[in-house]
Amino acid sequence: MAKYTPPEQSKAMQFVDIAFLLIAIFAALWLPLKAGYVGVSKVEEKIDNPTWESLKQTPGQVAQWEKLGYDPAKAYGEIQNRYDYTISWGNLGLMIVVIGGYFVFLFRASDKEYREVIAEKFGDGK
Amino acid sequence: MATAAETSPSTVQKISLLRVLGPAHVWALGVGIVLVGEFTGWNFSADKGGALAALIVCWLVGLLYTSVAMIDSEVTSTVAAAGGQYAQAKHIVGPLMAFNVALYLVFAYTMLEVSDAILAGDLITQVATENGAVGLNHNPFLVLSIVVLAWLNYRGILMTLNINFIITALAYASIVILFFSVQPWSQGVVLKLGEMVTPENALPYGWIGVVAAFQFGIWYYLGIEGTTQAAEEVRSPARSLPYGTMSGMITLLIAAALTWYVAASLLPWQHLGVTFFPLYDAAVATGSPILKFLMFWGTVLSALASANGCINDAGRAWFSLGRDRYLPTWFSAVHPKYRTPYRSILFLMPIALAFAFISDLNQAITFSILSGLLQYTFMSINIIMFRNKWPLGSIRRGYTHPFHPLPAVVLLVLCVVTYFAVFLGFGAQLTAMVIFYIIVSLWFHFYRYQYVRRGDQFTMPWPKPRGY
Repeated sequence: MAKYTPPEQSKAMQFVDIAFLLIAIFAALWLPLKAGYVGVSKVEEKIDNPTWESLKQTPGQVAQWEKLGYDPAKAYGEIQNRYDYTISWGNLGLMIVVIGGYFVFLFRASDKEYREVIAEKFGDGK
Repeated sequence: MATAAETSPSTVQKISLLRVLGPAHVWALGVGIVLVGEFTGWNFSADKGGALAALIVCWLVGLLYTSVAMIDSEVTSTVAAAGGQYAQAKHIVGPLMAFNVALYLVFAYTMLEVSDAILAGDLITQVATENGAVGLNHNPFLVLSIVVLAWLNYRGILMTLNINFIITALAYASIVILFFSVQPWSQGVVLKLGEMVTPENALPYGWIGVVAAFQFGIWYYLGIEGTTQAAEEVRSPARSLPYGTMSGMITLLIAAALTWYVAASLLPWQHLGVTFFPLYDAAVATGSPILKFLMFWGTVLSALASANGCINDAGRAWFSLGRDRYLPTWFSAVHPKYRTPYRSILFLMPIALAFAFISDLNQAITFSILSGLLQYTFMSINIIMFRNKWPLGSIRRGYTHPFHPLPAVVLLVLCVVTYFAVFLGFGAQLTAMVIFYIIVSLWFHFYRYQYVRRGDQFTMPWPKPRGY
């Protein structure tokens, strides 16, 4: 295979490439934060006028809460907010398709590029 | 300034990274990055599944990382080049995969560095406030830690990792001292595991909670694979990398077990699951001012050691992309005096600072975990391709890991479980991040790849891979 000679990239286009990557990085990391996709909202199991008993804390647990400076009102938010693990099958399917599609494309396109690398490096010899 | 990829070998002597590191530095780099995971982050797995779930995933994710360390030791002791897994991907899978792997590394380490800075800043602010300081903001501490550590990395890897060795050892010692100070052999005296973790609250969400807990279980060990980033700077990669990585993994497995035992025995699981400072809070719960002081410094030092190693690793991954023309070659400059990839280090610093200001701790941790997870998926497939393309005996390996392909299969299965765990609570974030990787992959494959010199991507003195 003939040796591939890449084109020279101008300084301006190098700058454009860096800018593209910076924008992409910030979009990937910052947009989910901005759009509220980050983290999960928990479900609050409401109790009026919480006490250690109504929060189902044993005497041993209460002693530790108090050493940490907590009373029932302060501990309420930590104890009563719980995850909801109801599965959205549509979202799960979407995630599988996106991740699966990504890896399939990644390995197939990489293999195509890799064959060019090997052909130029080794030619047809062993 | 000499730029490795821009200068012609015939006219200018290349400036390369220095080979000055030994196994202790490799240990310090790996454990230094990861140890902060014992001081914060792992405990969010208790929030997702309960205290017992946090212990179960400590072991199972330990298995995942043991597989990572075994696989990594074999491939990196054979492909000893800066960029670690990036260089592996370049030689075994192809340029596009290498580009993606480098981005995983940069994202994982930069967001880990952000998490470290937030942790140190938040703890210093909290303790200062408890001691009477008024109106204190954590931002100056974030800036100070990131900028000072970037400067340290700019000045040279040997000094950076010597400092890391010392502060990592001190932080590790604080965990061991805490463990023995609470009389672990006498449950009920200080520790109250039987009262904190009961049959009623051990698995509050059942087994689905155990699966969900995998997400933050990753944080017990995330970053141990960073040892490979120093491959081009160790004196004997074939010896130092396996020793440093495997001893680091053993160190972390012990630290994780001690940490869970002490923290779960002193803190109600609901608090354990949401606090940013589980070991510091465990010290508070003992009522001992000495242990409180010790865990304050242990937490701060572990965060600084981790951020220090992350700057080192992210800078080298970015540098490697520039050197191979996957990114503009401007990034491939090596400092003529300090022999460090200084432009890459300086370029990533404001990105870390920006995210330290706009994200909070568990958000930054989640970003880091997602990139790590994509990387581990790659590693499980990579080792199988490596053994297929160059079977044992066809090339000289620095280390050959046993039981192949069992570690690779275990790793892949645990990765799939962890994807599902991330889906349970953070699925939209995972999908958004993968869409980002799809977009930049298309950009690379259809545009940027034109600037890459094909044959130069394969630099190892190996025979042609089988099947090509």
